[in-house]
Amino acid sequence: MRFIFKTSYQQDIRLYRHGGDIFWYGLLLLALLTAPAVLDVYYIGELTLMAIFAIAGVGLMLLTGYTGQISLGHAAFFGVGAYTEAVLIEAGWPFLLSFPTAGLLAGAVGVAIGLPALRLTGLYLAIATLAFAFIVEEVLARWESVTHGHEGMAVGDISLLGMDIDTEWKLYYIAIAVLILVMLGALNILRSPTGRAFVAIRDSEHAAQSLGVNLATYKTLAFAISAAFTGLAGALYAHKLLYISPDAFTIYMSIELLLMVVIGGLGSLHGVVFGAAFVILLPQAIAIFRDELPSMVAEQPGLESAIFGLILVLVILFEPLGIYGRWLKIKHYFSVFPLYRKATFKRQKTYSRMTQR
Amino acid sequence: MEPVLLNTQLIFNGVAVGCIYGLVALGFVLIYKATEVVNFAQGELLMLGAFFAYTYIGILGLPYWLGALLAIASMAIFGGLLDRVVMRPVVGQPTFAYVMLTIGLGIIIRAVASMIPGWGVETYSIDTPYSNAVINVAGLVISVEYLFIVIATCLLVAVLYGFFSFTRLGVAMQASSQNQLAAYYMGIPVKSMFSMIWGISASVAAIAGILLAPVSLIDTSMGFIGLKAFPAAVLGGFGSIPGALVGGVIIGVIESLSGFYLPAGFKDIAAFLVLLVVLIVRPEGLFGTSTRKRV
Amino acid sequence: MALVEVNNLAIQFGGIRAVDGVSFEISAGEIYTIIGPNGAGKTTIFNLISRIYDPLDGTIVFNGQDITHEQPHRIAQLGIARTFQNIELFENATVLDNLLLGRHRHHRTQFWQEIVFFPVVRHQELEDREKVEEIIDFLDLQHYREQFVRSLPYGVRKVVELARALATQPELLMLDEPSSGLNVEETRDMSFWIRDIRQQLGITLLMVEHDMKLVADVSDRVLALNDGRVLTEGSPSSVQGNADVVAAYLGE
Repeated sequence: MRFIFKTSYQQDIRLYRHGGDIFWYGLLLLALLTAPAVLDVYYIGELTLMAIFAIAGVGLMLLTGYTGQISLGHAAFFGVGAYTEAVLIEAGWPFLLSFPTAGLLAGAVGVAIGLPALRLTGLYLAIATLAFAFIVEEVLARWESVTHGHEGMAVGDISLLGMDIDTEWKLYYIAIAVLILVMLGALNILRSPTGRAFVAIRDSEHAAQSLGVNLATYKTLAFAISAAFTGLAGALYAHKLLYISPDAFTIYMSIELLLMVVIGGLGSLHGVVFGAAFVILLPQAIAIFRDELPSMVAEQPGLESAIFGLILVLVILFEPLGIYGRWLKIKHYFSVFPLYRKATFKRQKTYSRMTQR
Repeated sequence: MEPVLLNTQLIFNGVAVGCIYGLVALGFVLIYKATEVVNFAQGELLMLGAFFAYTYIGILGLPYWLGALLAIASMAIFGGLLDRVVMRPVVGQPTFAYVMLTIGLGIIIRAVASMIPGWGVETYSIDTPYSNAVINVAGLVISVEYLFIVIATCLLVAVLYGFFSFTRLGVAMQASSQNQLAAYYMGIPVKSMFSMIWGISASVAAIAGILLAPVSLIDTSMGFIGLKAFPAAVLGGFGSIPGALVGGVIIGVIESLSGFYLPAGFKDIAAFLVLLVVLIVRPEGLFGTSTRKRV
Repeated sequence: MALVEVNNLAIQFGGIRAVDGVSFEISAGEIYTIIGPNGAGKTTIFNLISRIYDPLDGTIVFNGQDITHEQPHRIAQLGIARTFQNIELFENATVLDNLLLGRHRHHRTQFWQEIVFFPVVRHQELEDREKVEEIIDFLDLQHYREQFVRSLPYGVRKVVELARALATQPELLMLDEPSSGLNVEETRDMSFWIRDIRQQLGITLLMVEHDMKLVADVSDRVLALNDGRVLTEGSPSSVQGNADVVAAYLGE
């Protein structure tokens, strides 16, 4: 069992807990950087998708996992980011300008839903975000002069610092770079006053207010940052797909994003990456097993959805802490072996008093 | 068509569609009042109900009324089982868990329905005793299907109101909804009450599905109408049974009118725009009460 | 001039006047306690001062400033902190995180500085940590620093909530039933801490309390409420001996 001996407050603030962390993350980084030399183009593409979804997942996790604001319509921000990028690239903007703008615009849309939603909690907020996403989807489809509506829109190549990003692995590196930046940003926020304020809002709005946290400011900020990150992911998605249409950004995608967050484990950034990997690899896994299953079951188009839904239900029922939670439990089990107590992770059920006013 | 007649026609059609929204919203509200859970799979229950009806009437060839009744009964059992098996273990967990759980259930139900042989991804219809009949009243073309929806909804709401207000079981359910602990102490088996409420809610969804079938035909994406029911429930106020119906009708009428008077695309989002406005201006809806946590 | 002036405060819920024409003043450095049977309106007054509720009538003046309609999050910034009757801690955070949040009103950094973690942010974090450690020492919470609040026993949680309120460095500290749920030893510790808070930290205290021994031990003045109205005000012994107060508690 590793015991971390602390000698300064700096240690608590640092992003890494001990030398071992640096080693493992360094190794991971090395693996990611050398992947294109080792893996087939197809898998690089899958990794790129994973990175893109992970970026969106970080956004959603900040909002739902850390600030406690349920968003059932995050695909809206993804779509806004994607279309902004497509439109700007078409208009001749350089990537280094269009990309951040896509994020900023998505962030602005986030504020647009965050502000009116300030007084809403839990369920009502979830429904509001759902409604909002539908409206945004409809706008994207109807605003044909800009988005070409249901016809869809081709996305031009990125030209970065004079270099054309025209292969999978080039896009892959950009995606990984953005993912790392976004994660660092999120981690920084979480170890700062803003991040703590987010968690405070999630756990007790009354207490947060009594400590001087302006709910309106921080909830809106959470929406803005979350939407901006998701918008950046959308922009990259546009370049990955090379052709976008409004039907990509429906409630299915919102649920996929949520599935990622749930499977990964709420309140865990590591979990987001696990979740993204899971969501992207699941169709692959199903495709492989399809051959094994009796043809009656295997040929059904609904199979993927059914398994999707089943996993969602099972995770909620049996492992609400997600994959990362399971990983933590396993680590914990080994670190305190043989003194493991099941009750360490037992869920606390809470009942709050609601009164009618 | 002259304006008054046109508007009346539009309004009537809107009311009929709104009744369906209202019925689905009613299903939401029943479960919410009892357990503070919103069943995001309510639309899928509607779809299942319609498919059960199709199976009994279309496939097995039973007469319409018998088939419909069996479908409603089947869904009642299904709803009760759903609560017993899936929902009960998650009591006391935060809202997010419920939301994701019921969303997941909805996905499973739709996907499995599309995989069942004989159901699959085809579109079906069932013959009703009143299909395609129309009545002409003072220049209005009233489809009997629509009329039937409105009448059936009103009857159903009246029956439910009577049930909850005047029967022992209904009153016991109300008690369980309002104060679980007190109900327990009175000897009411609260958990069973909740399963029964889920059963009733599923039956209401089934009735909605059966009423909707002649109008929109039966296929696995029928459940999407459930999403329109959210604006209805919110408008009515999530805790109110008559509110759900009123909310549904208002949404239906607004949709119908905007389909005609506003540019294309507005009809699809009209309901959601109303939803957002209500949530911003008066979150508790028309008939609801606001609740807040006591510190 | 008094630190806190409450004038004719009133609020109504449905048909019931939970607080009806309540007035009192608190001087700086006082320990002022409100007592009364359940439902007397004590916590409601706290909620009015911390602006969770809007009053029907009356005014609240703090440090010469009218805060009757102030926004809730501004109250902490003005120097008022509180604890809650049923503990409103951040369950899924550590004790340290809870306390660090107490420093929120002293923060000067913006989120764009934090996302990049500029040195000014690091500096502020270290400063916060030192301040918070002082409070941890004051209340003997060293053992619990890294623990998640949800795993702590009730008595410790009450102390953590007190610590969090202290971390805001308030001028006025409102304690809602600080000894409820505590055993004899913990209550005794609490009474020492309350007196230390006044003496060492110079903070004025407004308390709601049921434990009459604690009330008598620490309070300078006591206000007795019943049914939302003031019964009497004065020294602990005079109030506790007052016939109306006794009748309110025991019923007639």
